[in-house]
Amino acid sequence: MAPLTALAPTLLLALTALALFVIDSIAPHSKNRTLFSGTATVGSLAALVAAGALLVTGTGTNGGVQFYGGQLVVDGMSLFFTIIFTSVATLVTVASYDYLAGETEQADYYTLVMLAATGMTLLASAGSLAVAFVSLELVSLPTYALVAFLKDNRGSVEAGLKYFLIGALSSAIFAYGISLVYAATGSLLFSDVAEAAAETDLTGVLGIGVLMVLGGFAFKTASVPFHFWAPEAYEGAPAPVSAFLSSASKAAGFVVAFRVFTVAFGLDITSSVDWVLAFQILAVVTMTLGNFAAATQDNVKRMLAYSSIGQAGYVLIGLAALGGGNNPSVLGMSMVHLFVYGFMNTGAFLFVALVEHWGSVGRTFEDYNGLGREAPIACVAMTVFMFSLAGIPLGGGFLSKYLLFYEAVGAGFWWLAAVGVVNSVLSLYYYSRVVKAMWLNDPSSDLSLGSYPIGLYTAVVAAGLVTVLLIPAFGLVTDPAIDAAAALFS
Amino acid sequence: MLIEILLALCLLGALVVFVLPDDYAPVGALVASLFPLVTSFLMWFGFDGSGNAFLEGGTLAYETMAQWISVGPYAINWHVGVDGISMPLVVMTTVLTTLAILTAWTPIDERRSQFYGLVLFLETGLLGVFVALDFFAWLVFWEIVLIPMYMLIGVWGGPRRKYAAIKFFVYTNVATLVMFLGFAALVFGLGDAVTSLDMPAIAQALRAGELGSLGGVGPDTLKLIAFVAMFAGFAVKVPIVPVHTWLPDAHVEAPTPASVLLAGVLLKMGTYALLRFNFTMLPDTASQLAPYIAILAVVSVIYGAMLALAQQDLKRIVAYSSISSMGFVILGLVAYTEFGLGGATFQMLSHGLISGLLFACVGVIYNTTHSRMVGDMAGLADRMPVTTAMFVAGCFAYMGLPFMAGFMGEYFIFQGSFAADFAGSMVFTAIAMFGIVIVAGYLLYAMQRTLFGEFRLDTDYTIGRAAFHDVVPLAVLVICIIGLGTAPDVFFGMIQDAVGPLLGGGA
Repeated sequence: MAPLTALAPTLLLALTALALFVIDSIAPHSKNRTLFSGTATVGSLAALVAAGALLVTGTGTNGGVQFYGGQLVVDGMSLFFTIIFTSVATLVTVASYDYLAGETEQADYYTLVMLAATGMTLLASAGSLAVAFVSLELVSLPTYALVAFLKDNRGSVEAGLKYFLIGALSSAIFAYGISLVYAATGSLLFSDVAEAAAETDLTGVLGIGVLMVLGGFAFKTASVPFHFWAPEAYEGAPAPVSAFLSSASKAAGFVVAFRVFTVAFGLDITSSVDWVLAFQILAVVTMTLGNFAAATQDNVKRMLAYSSIGQAGYVLIGLAALGGGNNPSVLGMSMVHLFVYGFMNTGAFLFVALVEHWGSVGRTFEDYNGLGREAPIACVAMTVFMFSLAGIPLGGGFLSKYLLFYEAVGAGFWWLAAVGVVNSVLSLYYYSRVVKAMWLNDPSSDLSLGSYPIGLYTAVVAAGLVTVLLIPAFGLVTDPAIDAAAALFS
Repeated sequence: MLIEILLALCLLGALVVFVLPDDYAPVGALVASLFPLVTSFLMWFGFDGSGNAFLEGGTLAYETMAQWISVGPYAINWHVGVDGISMPLVVMTTVLTTLAILTAWTPIDERRSQFYGLVLFLETGLLGVFVALDFFAWLVFWEIVLIPMYMLIGVWGGPRRKYAAIKFFVYTNVATLVMFLGFAALVFGLGDAVTSLDMPAIAQALRAGELGSLGGVGPDTLKLIAFVAMFAGFAVKVPIVPVHTWLPDAHVEAPTPASVLLAGVLLKMGTYALLRFNFTMLPDTASQLAPYIAILAVVSVIYGAMLALAQQDLKRIVAYSSISSMGFVILGLVAYTEFGLGGATFQMLSHGLISGLLFACVGVIYNTTHSRMVGDMAGLADRMPVTTAMFVAGCFAYMGLPFMAGFMGEYFIFQGSFAADFAGSMVFTAIAMFGIVIVAGYLLYAMQRTLFGEFRLDTDYTIGRAAFHDVVPLAVLVICIIGLGTAPDVFFGMIQDAVGPLLGGGA
């Protein structure tokens, strides 16, 4: 049994959730938002620092630290993603300080966020399909409640219900897929599955199982064809929750997909079960559909929702371009893109939260007209997010996207990169609409924004700063990502 | 280290000015722009670089090379430095930025801090383009330039500003993509011969003939495709006819300081990139295509001048005249002789200063008369003697009067172009030289109608003398233009040193 320090980020998040429970039972229905938001922020920051320290001190190297006979693995990849989850969670908890002003169930909200984050870190460390399933549910159940958190808002409740129904269905598919994999291989542990899968005679059963598992991940990452819930849920949910779902939860779906498909199924079985082809189709369809749908939206939140489907398509290239050589580099770049995306996408949704907070402003592009005059600093941050998401070098998104495409070409999949580039160009159209509305258009009515919410502002500006600073500091992200990806193939 | 300080000072200045209260923004921006200005002068006085650093035998000044991102087969480094080609452009950029900030004092009266912040941010991008030697860093700066310019045109521009801003953005961004594909083809074609995106390394590998085939396409065809793709991408930025249509729109709608920087520096990015990429990396293909490029250059010269002749809007006249001036630069590049390349670089400088001066003059005239239409005014010389004098000086420089920068640039180019060894070079040069006659024609015609004759103004504004801070940038530019025309060697020497290795000779 390895030292528990390796699990420090997970434990810190879980303890924060428990602490919030305790505070809530002492003072039920308290509206002391400084206390709740502060506790959650401190907890997730501590987990972030712990994950960073573990990564820097080399805990993740040499196969990482294994618990319970390999059921849980803390390695470079899990720590790398834990940094993403905890960063997003910190931004979300800071921003929620203002967003939840006046709500009575504050403790519940932050507890759910912390529990979901705990689930994500477990998901990143999952070493067997059973742990993957349980932690996936630990991520999903709190987020169902979070989406429906605004109980008096019909949109929020409806979104929660849709999210829950599709989530339950895909959980069932995922569980059934796991059972079929178990039937074919006789094991749930990734390493054992990998050995047995190469020798099994039941390739048909294994194939269906793999595809169903893939379906479960497609739901979590909002990839086509399991993406229908995403625009509804992101639009109806409180905006910080949308940020959390579309950044952290999506990254969680990807991390476990990366691990399952490289470690458990591996490239050896692709002769009988060609899951790489499935990912290729998935990647192309997801980015194209997401981008085209985003281009036709009039509502900024829905545009962001569809665009985040498109971004998932880019990340899928990491799995779709496997098998052509350069495997660790491509997968590493997918991870790096998720990292940058974690900041720029969270920031974008938090900016929407900021705009919703001002209340006088609605949700369509027209409602953003002239915001640049009233709130220049937040709008600069939003400009950074939009251009970075589109792949213009105002933020790290440019580097991560182009390196991802470069690596895809290097792995021999130039056509995947070509589809990605065309989609990027298309995405510039709708991302720049927001920028145009904020800066170029005149306000359609008299704007008076009232107060400047400190928590939301801090979170948006912090996300913007990190997105920009990722350009010079890019090497700090790529090295651990590629190391982590390389460890998967060793 | 000086280069990093230069970029950091610009960026820091941009951030500080952006958050300043509007009332302090103009002075704050002026002060902020002085730091990079002084730094660039320090760099210039301490400059010791001989030879085009892209090739063996050349040396760079203030070079820094540090590991930045290591991923896959191609290392990405932070590699910056200046040689005799980029040094003058860096100085020109900082000078023009400071002057552009001064020209903004009168016309820009809303959201000032944002305006000046963007101007300084634009300066960062422009300087970065001229100093970056790693393709990735270069591309970052190249793309960053688009954003502040888009904003400057789109927010502070004229009535059709949104149309012009978006057209500018779409044209130049698509052009970048085309260029990017061409360059990527070269890098992949080089295969194992290069291990980084270092532009000098790639240039040397290409010149050493290490280009392999890519996807069944042979090296020669690959070179041709890449050359055409990169040329097409950069041609939009220059701009060369027929991809010039964004330029008049952008210029007419842009506020004066943005026009100054757009004409003065932004267009140079295109020709600078053509020199660095197309003509340095693929000289064989360049000489193979020389007659065709020369045709494009001559068409740009003549057609741009004819268009300028037909305009009624002073700003449009100056905007179209840029197309013909940049055509001369292309002619100098394609000549590929010492005077041709050197003259092209010199012409980039002189055009930057002269077109900056003319746009600033038009800006001052517009501020006082609130009109730019040639037919609306006459006899301005009576009421605005200083501005008129500056405008006349700028026009004379444009026409190529001796002892002014324009003359030297064109003289070098024609001398180089006559000596070029591609078929018909003399004919092309002769036709292009005729362009000067048209230039003189439309400028004299415009001056005669607006500046001289009986005073008349078809608007309601009374006009007085221009403010002191409006005239200062004009005067400084005129001094620079005359200085560069009488003593071209302040820059031409270092330019020639840098051009030498390109032609195969030693440094």
